[in-house]
Amino acid sequence: MSPQTLITGARNTWCPGCGNFTIQFALRNAIQKLVDGGVPLETIVLVTGIGCHAKMADYLNINSFYSIHGRTIPVATGIKLANPDLTVLCCAGDGDAYAEGLDHLIFAAKRNSDITVIIHNNRVYGLTTGQYTPTSPLGFRGRSTPGGTIEAPFNPLSLMLTSGAGFIARGTTRRMKELEALISQGLKHHGFAFIDVLQICASYFNASELYDRQGYALSGHDPADFDAACRKAEEWDYNTDSPIAFGLIYRKEKPVFEAQFAHRRVSVAGRAEQIAKILDAKR
Amino acid sequence: MADLSVLTGGRAGDGINSAGLLVSHLFNRMGYYTYMYFDYPSLIKGGHNFTITRAADIPIGACREQVDVVLALNQDTIDLHRDLMHDRTVVIFDSGKAAADGQGVPVQEVLKEEQAPEVMGNSCMIGALAGATGIPFTVVEEAFRKQIPRGLDKNLAVARKGYASVKQVFRVERRGQEPFPLLSGNEAIGLGLLHGGLDAFVAYPMTPTSNLLHFLAGVAEDHPLTVVHPENEISVILMAHGLAYAGKRTAVGTSGGGFCLMTESFSMAGTNEVPLVVVMGQRTGPSTGLPTYTGQSDLHFMLHAGQGEFPRLVVAPGDIMQACAWSARALSLAWSCQVPAIILVDKTLCEGITPLLEGAFPDLPDGERPAAPQGGPYRRYAITDSGISPMLHPPVPGSAVKANSYIHDEAGITTESGDVTVLMTGKRLRKGETLGRETGFLDPVVSFGSDGAPTTLLCWGSTLPVCREVAGRLGIRGVQPVVLSPFPDEQLKAALSGTERVIAVEENALGQLRMLCARYGIAVDAAVLKFDGRPFAVEELERRLAEVA
Repeated sequence: MSPQTLITGARNTWCPGCGNFTIQFALRNAIQKLVDGGVPLETIVLVTGIGCHAKMADYLNINSFYSIHGRTIPVATGIKLANPDLTVLCCAGDGDAYAEGLDHLIFAAKRNSDITVIIHNNRVYGLTTGQYTPTSPLGFRGRSTPGGTIEAPFNPLSLMLTSGAGFIARGTTRRMKELEALISQGLKHHGFAFIDVLQICASYFNASELYDRQGYALSGHDPADFDAACRKAEEWDYNTDSPIAFGLIYRKEKPVFEAQFAHRRVSVAGRAEQIAKILDAKR
Repeated sequence: MADLSVLTGGRAGDGINSAGLLVSHLFNRMGYYTYMYFDYPSLIKGGHNFTITRAADIPIGACREQVDVVLALNQDTIDLHRDLMHDRTVVIFDSGKAAADGQGVPVQEVLKEEQAPEVMGNSCMIGALAGATGIPFTVVEEAFRKQIPRGLDKNLAVARKGYASVKQVFRVERRGQEPFPLLSGNEAIGLGLLHGGLDAFVAYPMTPTSNLLHFLAGVAEDHPLTVVHPENEISVILMAHGLAYAGKRTAVGTSGGGFCLMTESFSMAGTNEVPLVVVMGQRTGPSTGLPTYTGQSDLHFMLHAGQGEFPRLVVAPGDIMQACAWSARALSLAWSCQVPAIILVDKTLCEGITPLLEGAFPDLPDGERPAAPQGGPYRRYAITDSGISPMLHPPVPGSAVKANSYIHDEAGITTESGDVTVLMTGKRLRKGETLGRETGFLDPVVSFGSDGAPTTLLCWGSTLPVCREVAGRLGIRGVQPVVLSPFPDEQLKAALSGTERVIAVEENALGQLRMLCARYGIAVDAAVLKFDGRPFAVEELERRLAEVA
């Protein structure tokens, strides 16, 4: 199979220069690597939210569940619960995962659901034409905040560290090879994998210059060291002009949510027999 | 006709529900049909709880207005229920906690003699009930052995002393009927879903369906069933979407407030065609309302919830037999027609306890799994005459399975084409017609009472048993549409033909079934409505009917 067959014939409607193209090709290559490594393509499932990122469901020729805004993660957990043999990943926007559906992100980290979540974090609402998101810098002038935002962004990496995520990484669409490697690592991680991707929005928030100037690839960092991971996460607050690390921030293996359902005692009796037994106890 | 009602009351936290259930089991073992109503405020300890167990020689599902025996674990039980007592009501009370005309039971002394814990006081009172009503102690033994096997000997010793501490006031005759399983509506729904092939159940706790979650979580301990309690109702229904997309027959449970949170994803099931089943237990609204009391005010919400137009199955079982059968059918139909389904119940049905008689488990068609696509990629939303496309679940070798909340083409790729939108809307509407034909074969309208009588009671949901009993007493007819969407208007018109006067009986303030009937040109002449959170009692309904006669 050639990587080309992973792309559908659907007409691509992202803006010229959109960061989503980089994520699409990085993801395609990571999926191709999985397939080359023996994972059947039909066992890979993508869940997307609503927004520019979500068109990935139409553009990748793999199983997909094109969900509603903010609601990728519980669908993905349901799919993984139904069939633990599937590899399940989410593409979600920062509006999806950090605003509309933040609760699900925190709980997926807490329960260590065995899914990979890629956040297309362009720090702006693109499809609704340019409003601020939870990670827009303070003072961001969007169409709903013409005078500039009055709330500072939150830091998704710190949030994930506090929530118990076992795989936390940050990439950027300005560094595709590194991004592809992070996605590959995330897909192979046994448990919840979170990848915040600083993506440029060519139309409403092109932060290329910032990510090129302040960005650097992590080296000499021990992702097993929680305290070091916290310090690294706090180095940049998604607001001020400080160095921005890209790479694997934290990694720890923990018991996987879905796997624990399989460990239950299960009787071999048929359904009718089970019902009869329950009824008899109620007499 | 033998007909006896026992009120058991005490503080919340005193195990009143369990005590009332044991009272029901005594009468069940004496060969009677029983009905138990449980009344409790929204708190954990200290408020007043009571149950009314009614026993009769015909199947029943409603309370009488008065009770014949009061089993009082505290003074409130006597003081708060004087209006339910008649001249010959027998009061049996814990003499350490209450004072009344009647028979005192020295519960504390008995517990001390037997060195039994406080919690066994209820066993002493149940023993006393059996003694006062002439129920043989062997029946108490049988019931305890089956229902409270833990600490059996001590419980029985305490009960025996309670039995001996009172004098027999009357004698309940033994009938030759074998004991039935006594089930709550929640349990009957759970068993019906299991019969229908349930693989997974997802819910966030909310009265009155929390006990369905508890029941199925217990079943899942040693049966192949996945039960999940996630962070909120939004997550609940989305996990169900994921489970069903991947091939697991899944249901969720909630009440009105939780369903409000689910509606966006309920609508998604309209367009992505993922089969979902929602068990929706009504309580008194709006908003938090009366959380532990009943109501039927969510019918129109269920018929219209979710943006856009899409077919849905709404069934409203009226008793636990129907709850079991229609839960199984709802799951089966949701999957065969690929529609979202709602099992619309209420606190009265969910938490009332009655015997499950024979015939509650219907034969269901075998769900045939369509073959994998031949000679071309799989199209999840292929256009068909029935509107129903072959549904496959990943993994399908050589094909991508694409579910989509946007308007999509046959392969599941997003489109904004007007022509495709019209085609897909037509497909959805045809699914609704197919669903209507399927439900038409399943007796979607139930008739009862005196065939040919000029007056007909029109009811839906949990008012069925009280209407059935009153129709029997007054010699009138009754009709209950079990399926409310797609609305069985033809069958309902046929069931009502020849009647002169139709009276709707509903537990809401607007007469929601009556409004629905009007849409189909079905005239309802009068309505008897109740909306205080309490179900109709038999005499109360008779009186209200006399007012509109």
